[in-house]
Amino acid sequence: MKLNLKIWRQEDAKAKGEFKNYQLNEVHGDMSFLEMLDVLNNELVEKGIEPVEFDHDCREGICGMCSLQINGEPHGPDRGITTCQLHMRKFKDGDTIVIEPFRANAFPIVKDLAVDRSAFDRIQQAGGYISVNTSGNTQDANSIPIEKDKADMSFNAATCIGCGACVAACKNASAMLFTSAKVSQYALLPQGEVEATDRVLNMVAQMDKEGFGNCTNTGACEIECPKGISLENIARLNREYLAASLKG
Amino acid sequence: MGGIKTSIARKVAMALSGLFLVLFLAQHFTINFTSVVSPDTFNEISQFMGTNFLVQAVLQPILIFGVIFHFVMGFVLEIKNNSARSVSYAKYNGGANSPWVSRNMLLTGIVVLAFLGLHFYDFWVHEMQVKYIQGDMSGLNEAGEFRYYEETVAKFAGQPVRVAIYVFSFVLLMLHLLHGFASSFQTMGVNNKYSKGIKVFTKAFAIVIPMGFVFIAIFHYLNNL
Repeated sequence: MKLNLKIWRQEDAKAKGEFKNYQLNEVHGDMSFLEMLDVLNNELVEKGIEPVEFDHDCREGICGMCSLQINGEPHGPDRGITTCQLHMRKFKDGDTIVIEPFRANAFPIVKDLAVDRSAFDRIQQAGGYISVNTSGNTQDANSIPIEKDKADMSFNAATCIGCGACVAACKNASAMLFTSAKVSQYALLPQGEVEATDRVLNMVAQMDKEGFGNCTNTGACEIECPKGISLENIARLNREYLAASLKG
Repeated sequence: MGGIKTSIARKVAMALSGLFLVLFLAQHFTINFTSVVSPDTFNEISQFMGTNFLVQAVLQPILIFGVIFHFVMGFVLEIKNNSARSVSYAKYNGGANSPWVSRNMLLTGIVVLAFLGLHFYDFWVHEMQVKYIQGDMSGLNEAGEFRYYEETVAKFAGQPVRVAIYVFSFVLLMLHLLHGFASSFQTMGVNNKYSKGIKVFTKAFAIVIPMGFVFIAIFHYLNNL
């Protein structure tokens, strides 16, 4: 199929970006979206034009590196997938596809479509962990009984790959779904209880410091999340935060 | 508001003030509806509400504070939200993943705020003038009868433009509540086995109460053609 691509090009974080139009004449439906961009970049290199910079790594929906706002939606028009899992059969011959970087002040553009999502790393570093004494007397985690429901909910929260689609989809560029998943995965387990108060207070403080917007419960993040992270986690984060605030 | 600094604390404050206003709305509707079924009851309740010390000196200032707080906090949150994405998307398909009402709370809220200005001018300012400037706490007209029912009806009888403004404003209030009421429970951390029931109740409330106000306005207009 033939496609018209309207792609955001930006030399670096400080440069003024603009859309550039490209045409691809032989795109196959079985290609992934990133493979289609590879084809484009091959053509650009052959023409002596700077290839389009975009984030990617595992190309199997696990690493969370590939971003891209495609026709107004993070990871494109499909559900429960990352951009690397999006196939070109989702588009029609002659379509124009608008490709932009994830837009949020907390995700500054590095170049073209690649953005810096290290704000997520800093939120995680603010409390997304448990402290374990590994001096030799460490208790086996499996010796602590955990309700199956809670273990499942914790596991589901832990499947967040930190791709940033929640921020990209949210009209407020809020990071509440990400932060709530990272708080929930520990809050639901006994191992996470000890540091629960500091964890939620510090992670929310860091989230605010990074400049993300407020959650207005539109639910866009949940719909666009490739891992199906539920809004229940945001409610849990709110509960954890309120309880922690009361404790001081 | 300076003490409510984190994003979640601000959202919870917003939700609590919204829930307070929802309670007030239910009480307001209940009283107004008596104007349809029993003008005498409406007059008596109006006189009680307009002269009771607790209502006038305690609840009324709390209500005014609640309204102002809700709107000011709404704008504070909106400013923060806008500043989180200074470069907008060239193509944004918000309709693909979220309802229109959830993305336009500011718009519906501003319409409701503008309507409140008209509503205060219509009723509240007049009551304050009669009661606290003229000093007439009797609630009676020149014929010696309660004036509240006839004054309320007079606002709608032969006033199609005002009725149309009321209808439009309450439709926008309905849209505001369709998202806001249920959303306030999520913000306060309520997401459990009762959430489905809460969602059904809040959606029903968001439709029934504003449409009830619309019915009252249209009833008095048609009843006096």
